[in-house]
Amino acid sequence: MTTQQVRSGTDAVLHLENITRVHGHGAAEVHALRGVDLKVHPGELVAVMGPSGSGKSTLLTLAGGLDSPTTGRVLVEGQSLGDLSRKQQAQIRRRAIGYVFQDYNLIPALTAAENIALPRELDGVSTRAARREAYAALTELGIEELADRFPDDMSGGQQQRVAIARALIGERRLVLADEPTGALDSTTGEAVLSVLRARCDAGAAAMLVTHEARHAAWADRVVFIRDGRVVDESVSRDAASLLVSAATNSTGPVAE
Amino acid sequence: MSIRHGLLALLDQGPRYGYQLRTEFEARTGATWPLNVGQVYTTLGRLERDGLVAPHGEDAEGHVYYAVTEQGRAELRNWFDTPVPRTNPPRDELAIKLAMAVTVPGVDVEAVVQGQRRHSMKALQDYTRLKGQALTAERDGRSDLAWLLVLEQLIFQTEAEIRWLDHCETRIAQYRPAPVSAPEPAPPPAPAPAASAAETPRARRRSRF
Repeated sequence: MTTQQVRSGTDAVLHLENITRVHGHGAAEVHALRGVDLKVHPGELVAVMGPSGSGKSTLLTLAGGLDSPTTGRVLVEGQSLGDLSRKQQAQIRRRAIGYVFQDYNLIPALTAAENIALPRELDGVSTRAARREAYAALTELGIEELADRFPDDMSGGQQQRVAIARALIGERRLVLADEPTGALDSTTGEAVLSVLRARCDAGAAAMLVTHEARHAAWADRVVFIRDGRVVDESVSRDAASLLVSAATNSTGPVAE
Repeated sequence: MSIRHGLLALLDQGPRYGYQLRTEFEARTGATWPLNVGQVYTTLGRLERDGLVAPHGEDAEGHVYYAVTEQGRAELRNWFDTPVPRTNPPRDELAIKLAMAVTVPGVDVEAVVQGQRRHSMKALQDYTRLKGQALTAERDGRSDLAWLLVLEQLIFQTEAEIRWLDHCETRIAQYRPAPVSAPEPAPPPAPAPAASAAETPRARRRSRF
């Protein structure tokens, strides 16, 4: 509710409209999601937290168009993915959505820079321009030196950062990330989250699935999910009001 | 929190007057633990009584300066050399509240846990924003290491609390009271969360630093 008040007037980049997802049939039916309604607006980083099996990863695959809801609609920039042809869906996934997979999904035969440039090249951008964008993304994550390395020659943490660079390349307006800091040590994980945070501050929308409170804390809004339902959410104060409280601090940020 | 040793540490860098001590103390800790001037003067009075500081003249505006004594310096070294005791865990209101919640009939324990988790998560988001700002300031060459460390302590502590709450939720969900005649009785309901409350955050804190 609070977010709706704060962000009224902006159109959601992602709208999961009252979605359910049921796997299997009859006695074997599993209700992964039981009616979730969630919006992510431009400039907003939303974290989804919940125990394993709560439905948080299902939520992300639906948002990324990698799976379809049983009922309800997934709208990306106002377009319902279910109403689009497969070709159109693939185009949205390439152009608008950056997706960081838990297991990186890098192509072993391509170097880091080629992996990162691939979605742009598939989209018709020239190899040279795509390569230039790939280097920019590598630099943003501080891993320029990995440009010509193959996935097999990289550590898990390095592959993870390449996968994140691939999700950020181009003008992605929606970034979806499933435990993106899993393979990273705490300072590197923090660096990745601050890159994601900066992207959102520059206007992108992002949804992050994590079970680490410290990582979720980079979000504007933390959504708690249990048993396929959103049970609660926590909204951060805006930075401006925090600055005021830090500067004038008679009560201090801890006092409540 | 030791205001006493905090003031000694500041005075170790040269004589200062009360208001100045307050300002510097708050600057180091980002005003996380605000001090009032009254507390500063009371503490200075006790330090003087114990021979750890001594008055060091007045300036034109009537500010009374204090300086650290040799004995005060020794006390300060001793403070830095001795670990902060963890053997008597401070009373934790949340642990007490949950220990009571699981034993008092009619309390919605899940709601207590979730209400706290939302509150702590919001605090953690707020601290993280402040940390983001501190890191940006650092990149701009305005680093404030003391403030960053204090902030990160709050972040780690709040994170530990949320992890503990997640754990409590699972523990409570799995809990089945043992039948009276069971050969291996499960721990009684009340002490279980209370005991983990006393141990878990402390163990985490220790392992992180």
